[in-house]
Amino acid sequence: MKELKLMKGNEAIAEAAIRCGVDGYFGYPITPQSEILEHLMSENPYDKTGMVVLQAESETASINMVYGGACLGKKVMTSSSSPGISLMQEGLSYMAGAELPALVVNVVRGGPGLGTIQPSQADYFQTVKGGGHGDYRLITLAPAFVQEMYDFVELAFELAFKYRNPVMILSDGIIGQVMEKVEVDDYKSRWTNEYIREQFPWAMTGKTADRPHRIITSLELEASRQEKVNLRLQSKYKDCEAQEVRYETTQCEDADYFIVAYGSSARISQKAVEVARENGIKVGLIRPITLWPFPSKAIQEITAKAKGILCVEMSAGQLIEDVKLAVECKIPVEHFGRFGGIIPSPAEVVEALHSKLM
Amino acid sequence: MTEEIIIAGFGGQGVLSMGKILAYSGVMQNKEVSWMPSYGPEMRGGTSNVTVILSDERISSPTLNAYDTAIILNQQSMDKFESSVKPGGVLVYDPNGITHHPTRKDINIYQVPATEKASEMGNMKFFNMIILGGFLKVKPVVKEEFIKKGLEKSLPVRHHGLIPDNLKAVTLGSEILKPINTL
Repeated sequence: MKELKLMKGNEAIAEAAIRCGVDGYFGYPITPQSEILEHLMSENPYDKTGMVVLQAESETASINMVYGGACLGKKVMTSSSSPGISLMQEGLSYMAGAELPALVVNVVRGGPGLGTIQPSQADYFQTVKGGGHGDYRLITLAPAFVQEMYDFVELAFELAFKYRNPVMILSDGIIGQVMEKVEVDDYKSRWTNEYIREQFPWAMTGKTADRPHRIITSLELEASRQEKVNLRLQSKYKDCEAQEVRYETTQCEDADYFIVAYGSSARISQKAVEVARENGIKVGLIRPITLWPFPSKAIQEITAKAKGILCVEMSAGQLIEDVKLAVECKIPVEHFGRFGGIIPSPAEVVEALHSKLM
Repeated sequence: MTEEIIIAGFGGQGVLSMGKILAYSGVMQNKEVSWMPSYGPEMRGGTSNVTVILSDERISSPTLNAYDTAIILNQQSMDKFESSVKPGGVLVYDPNGITHHPTRKDINIYQVPATEKASEMGNMKFFNMIILGGFLKVKPVVKEEFIKKGLEKSLPVRHHGLIPDNLKAVTLGSEILKPINTL
């Protein structure tokens, strides 16, 4: 039976992890996402489903614990905020190279450096263009509602195991801290070792006499073999791009102008759309839900006859590059952002529509 | 119906918990709600505020620059938020410690002398519920039965014995509400 709760976005992530049968969480506290670890600890998940929660000694340790757990075919995750996620980039690249499923949650705060604890979206490039080394991609989900913080945990694991690739939930301090209504599911059991043995022929489940060794590595010293690994990864990414694009449109049917925004900026922009429409300006909102794969084709088609596009993001202009590529610079694309932890107001977004596009 | 509210005062005054009780009451009444705190490096005695939105539809922005109602509990918050009330909107405040009273003529202004009443009751902890009662008298966005349910949901079980007194405080707030400027 579905149950209704009032929860912070961070708590919803933790609650979803327990209820969808995650095996292990390894993390280190940092504002504005510490409620994830706190909620996990206070809920005693080991008693409920056998889920292990461990506060690691650092973010570097956390991501490597995730790497280890993922090798076993277990559903494992970590979470952090911007500076902590930077420390995890080596691990993410290794896991993408070794083709391991896992969930990493980034509740973004203002940067660069230690920055502020206030909300930001300045980690877009790091997430979708590869913060670590090598030609890899992270499947990236951008929740805009607390309900999506909850729902995307299970979705992330589905995608992670389908594509054997790490998945990032890219959130920010607003969606992490806001409390909204959440419908939660019943507790699901964790996968049994037998199930993992049957389902995942790559997983380390203990060598038995009837099968050869399994090796999980991101190292291939022979360049011709490493190129084959890269080709395999690229072909997998292509499949993912063809099948997993997700986005939401609001009031786009009759729109002359469009706002493209994700996460909390999409919420703020939605309010701006309401205000602008009260003043007779026909604006629509396109909200990418997967940031990689990016809804390029959808944006191109929906905005084909647009007078202009405004990208609203809490960064100095990162998402805008993907939007410009999507429309091949055929229509004016402008940027409006606040950064360093400042949240743009709906009024500022309306003002930017006027000053930059009209 | 959408009601966009800012509640602002000192940290430790119960600003966030008042907002939470209001939000939970909204959930119990089957509304969409959002509760967004200012979460800077604040401490007891510093300023604290929370944006609470109750709506019959999906809520767009959880952070706002204009509000239907401002519930103001100290001078710093008055200075910051008086101008953010939408024309025709509502400002409810506790006059305790207010030296510069609100001057706008295009909004409805009410006083709730909650600090004074709570100290008469001998328990400052009811302060925020008195204020909430004053606000609900002006704008009955949630029904009283759902306030009770909201309290049950948001207070830990060990404090459930305090719910009757909290509800009394809500009623008291509605009784001592004093109109200052009404349109």
